[in-house]
Amino acid sequence: MLWNTLLLALRSIRRNLMRSFLTILGIVIGVAAVITMVTLGNGATKSVSDQISSMGSNLLMLIPGQRFGPGSEGAPNFKNADVDAVRNQITAAKAVAPVVSKAVTAVYQARNWATVVSGSSNDYFQAGNWQLAAGRNFSEAEERAGKAVCVVGESVRDKLFGRQNPVGSEIRIKQFACEVIGLLKPKGQSAMGSDQDDIVVMPLRTVQRRLSGSQDINRLTVSVREGASIDAVKTQLTLLLRERRNISENEEDDFRVMDTRQIAETLTTTTKILTMLLGAVAAVSLLVGGIGIMNIMLVSVTERTREIGIRLAIGALEREVLLQFLIEAVVLSSLGGIIGIIIATAASIFLAGLMGVPYLFDPGINLLSFFFSAAIGVIFGYFPARRAASLNPIDALRHE
Amino acid sequence: MSDAAALIRLSGITKIYGSGQAAFQALKGIDLAIDAGDFVAIMGPSGSGKSTAMNILGCLDTPTSGSYEFEGVHVEQLTRNQRALLRRNYLGFVFQGFNLLARTTALENVELPLIYRGEPASARHAAARGALEQVGLQGWEHHTPGELSGGQQQRVAIARAIVTRPAVLLADEPTGNLDTQTGEEIMDLISTLNRDQGITVLMVTHEPEMAAHAKRVIRFIDGRVESDRRNGEDA
Repeated sequence: MLWNTLLLALRSIRRNLMRSFLTILGIVIGVAAVITMVTLGNGATKSVSDQISSMGSNLLMLIPGQRFGPGSEGAPNFKNADVDAVRNQITAAKAVAPVVSKAVTAVYQARNWATVVSGSSNDYFQAGNWQLAAGRNFSEAEERAGKAVCVVGESVRDKLFGRQNPVGSEIRIKQFACEVIGLLKPKGQSAMGSDQDDIVVMPLRTVQRRLSGSQDINRLTVSVREGASIDAVKTQLTLLLRERRNISENEEDDFRVMDTRQIAETLTTTTKILTMLLGAVAAVSLLVGGIGIMNIMLVSVTERTREIGIRLAIGALEREVLLQFLIEAVVLSSLGGIIGIIIATAASIFLAGLMGVPYLFDPGINLLSFFFSAAIGVIFGYFPARRAASLNPIDALRHE
Repeated sequence: MSDAAALIRLSGITKIYGSGQAAFQALKGIDLAIDAGDFVAIMGPSGSGKSTAMNILGCLDTPTSGSYEFEGVHVEQLTRNQRALLRRNYLGFVFQGFNLLARTTALENVELPLIYRGEPASARHAAARGALEQVGLQGWEHHTPGELSGGQQQRVAIARAIVTRPAVLLADEPTGNLDTQTGEEIMDLISTLNRDQGITVLMVTHEPEMAAHAKRVIRFIDGRVESDRRNGEDA
């Protein structure tokens, strides 16, 4: 009985190609959208947390004002003296890197490239976990004298020098020429999506004199010695800076000390919310697909009811008719689900490559959307049939 | 007429549609006996209950009360599945509206009852081709109903009804949707099946010319049998 019923179900699918195709299409779109969105979201979350762990967990960042970006204008920048005070008084600090950033255009021969110059010290490389691929870092004399030397990141090398070794060449920034003394190993995209290798590092004094024209420092990066308590260092830093910036007891901080764990939490929370949002959008498309299937099934219910009447009249048992419709629904929705998963996998791998996030196969969302779509197919394919098959054959035959 | 050996025996069959005030009694107590091999035409005006009686005889519908014996078996006591098996093994249907599966070839339509019987594919194909040949449709096996004329579609329906070699062929206005000439051809085919293969035929019609092909004519009026006579006898 099973074999014959399977034959009837497959014949019916083949005969109603348009209906079958539309049913499958609804499921394919829904399943593919949900899986692709969630997979990409997971990949982005993973990429963010990878980036953060590559930053190291013992890093503190000090910025003026209470938050990143605009809105912190009122708060004064840090000064050179602040850097020395931190170096001298915070004993648990391993490296203290002051940073002055300036957007510039770097020129080498006929090529130019818009990038950001960071003025700092050798501590910058230590705190930021940077390794040299070629050349050397700054000498003490260069730092003290504010010599026109720089260390470039991989992306800058790529844009200005191609595959050539840049060490020893001179690049022009604004009105002065600057010798490239080192090349950094690539780090890839940052957690915020920017290219970390698009970077030129110069001694702090060079940037302050030749580019920013002030003694201001935009931010401080402090790495904490192994074993020291980050929270304790944070408190020390806060007290020290409050004192230096003359903040009275009942005033709020006009700067912020962040540790990487905090940054990590903020960023992963953001990407998780985005993933959920994408998933919700995709779930809507699954729902729309489901409604499409429902429409197709309901539109064909009259024809199918009469067909059921014919089958019953020529001697089919109710359970044979039901089994046939169940098989049809299961075959169509599973086929749609499988095609959807295949498309989603291909699309996810392609888009993950395009977006530079890792591709992570998530069995949970694959199974979930597969079974959800199968359930839609079965509910809308099977239950109208069950009603029809329970009628008297003559009522099913006369269904209008 | 040997009442003891009757193939079908109805006694006191009633059918009421709806309930309460809206109830409508379509059959008001039918007593009938039909012998094997007979060709019975059931006639009567619209609403006389002839189609209701036909559907009950074909086990497509159930009576409200009364007893229906088919080869001595009390049909009114059977379950839904047992009635389905009775249709599968003993009855064949031809409808006014043909009721073929759409987009399905003639051969597959005719095969359908055999699939439910669980016949192997080769036997199924041979029997279906045989039945199509018998109704004069050799060469049309792979055409779908949409590609066939009304007369051809009704022939396919007849082939589907007789492919299981049923004891009884039930035809509900088989010529109702056909022109006179095609109708005559269909009636000739049904008469031949009755004469040559001994299939008992029960046919509902309102056309006296079609009823003339039958051996016995039963006339319904208002849910009751009004007259019952053999063709060739005088009324």
